[in-house]
Amino acid sequence: MSVGTTAPGRAQISSRTLRTDRWWVQPVVTVAVLVAFIIYATIRAFWNGDYYAAPYLSPFYSPCLATNCVPGTGEVHIVGGWWALSPALLVLIFPLGFRLTCYYYRKAYYRGFWASPPACAVAEPHGKYTGERRVPLVLNNAHRYFFYIGLIFNVILSYDAILAFRNAEGAWGHAGVGTLVLVANAVLLWLYSLSCHSCRHVIGGRLTHFSKHPVRYRAWTLVSKLNTRHMLFAWASLFGVALADLYVALVASGTIADLSFF
Amino acid sequence: MGYKAHFRVWRGDTDGGGLHDFTVEVNEGEVVLDVIHRLQATQAPDLAVRWNCKAGKCGSCSAEINGRPRLLCMTRMSVFAEDEVVTVTPMRTFPVVRDLVTDVSFNYTKAREVPAFSPPKDLKPGEYRMRQVDVERSQEFRKCIECFLCQNTCHVVRDHEDNKESFSGPRFLMRISELEMHPLDSLEENTGVDRTATAKTQHGLGFCNITKCCTEVCPEHIKITDNALIPLKERVADRSYDPLMRLFRRADKD
Repeated sequence: MSVGTTAPGRAQISSRTLRTDRWWVQPVVTVAVLVAFIIYATIRAFWNGDYYAAPYLSPFYSPCLATNCVPGTGEVHIVGGWWALSPALLVLIFPLGFRLTCYYYRKAYYRGFWASPPACAVAEPHGKYTGERRVPLVLNNAHRYFFYIGLIFNVILSYDAILAFRNAEGAWGHAGVGTLVLVANAVLLWLYSLSCHSCRHVIGGRLTHFSKHPVRYRAWTLVSKLNTRHMLFAWASLFGVALADLYVALVASGTIADLSFF
Repeated sequence: MGYKAHFRVWRGDTDGGGLHDFTVEVNEGEVVLDVIHRLQATQAPDLAVRWNCKAGKCGSCSAEINGRPRLLCMTRMSVFAEDEVVTVTPMRTFPVVRDLVTDVSFNYTKAREVPAFSPPKDLKPGEYRMRQVDVERSQEFRKCIECFLCQNTCHVVRDHEDNKESFSGPRFLMRISELEMHPLDSLEENTGVDRTATAKTQHGLGFCNITKCCTEVCPEHIKITDNALIPLKERVADRSYDPLMRLFRRADKD
């Protein structure tokens, strides 16, 4: 059993922390935002409606792989008529897994949800700590596989953004606010994926001699620059995907009309 | 312009102690260590504090100021309001010797457990040749001044004394990472010991949950988590958790 900072031999100070700044703000904000996103995403995932307003497809429902998808959302229906639930539930597990195992989000939820630790030099409330050595947390080591799958999703969502340059009748040469929203969403998701620590490792970080691999070294250098902003891209892409879905839902439900530029 | 500051300094030893209040003069441009020295000179001549260079390069004066692990010599008094109480305590992860001085021998024990740099057997000293591009990644970690603030703030050992035996802490996992990335290190070829494997099995890398406190407190601004610990975790994943990389590791290692 751990005894924290009051272990025998250490300076006897009873306070959990002597920090005088508002160290609790960051974990509280993190939890509030992530909980809000989880509630919104769960509702929308089970909603099974208002996810397509031609030519815009919500990123929560893309790719739409079930035969119960509304017409126009895709031709590839891997899952047959037996699937009666929302088609979003078939695909959201992958982006969810990517974010759950992400090195940045791990920091965020270990601090925010599990208080392990809540902030630096603030004692955690747990009596025992085993880290990421056991199931389920050891599964975070599968992050690279979710990264690979995430790249496929990025390609699909980029394709959706390109299709948003067609109008509702399928003619090219259209652009509206929805087009901008889907393009921004795709760009943010690419930035988030390419700044990923696993990407950095795979692209060149695992090498010992960069001098033997100049192209990979160059790629690693570029990814390393993006990597310094991984937290920013993690949050921006999270907001981006939620706002893109919200916009499509508002247009699809007739709450607002899409403003068309041309 | 000088002013009178309210300091609370932990005084005591292994038998006990507590925070003592002092009112002490502060002059423009001073750092916390200057004020602690003034306390020694004027009010508490037996106050124990470890210090040396006063320039943030020796790593001796590590302590906690208002609960945050800091170097006493690199913390300017100007960051505090004049009416703010400044609380100074020893590092709370290591056994206290007296007042602000702690016994950091845990770190030396862990340092000895990391095998030294092992050059290729056919090279003699003076014959080492490396390209800058190959060695610069690990050069960042050579900036470490061994203040052990990262070891002190890491919750794995700070909040769990029983983990000290199986966890080496960020400073020494960074050392393993440094040697693992070194273009001439040949420990595995020379002895069969895989540094990355030992990071997991002997040095407890799996305890690290990358909450980045080590990076936050590093006075040298080394990106410990992003550049040392996470790359090391990814290398462990290559060997232990990625079946595809276990097949192709040899081909993608150089």
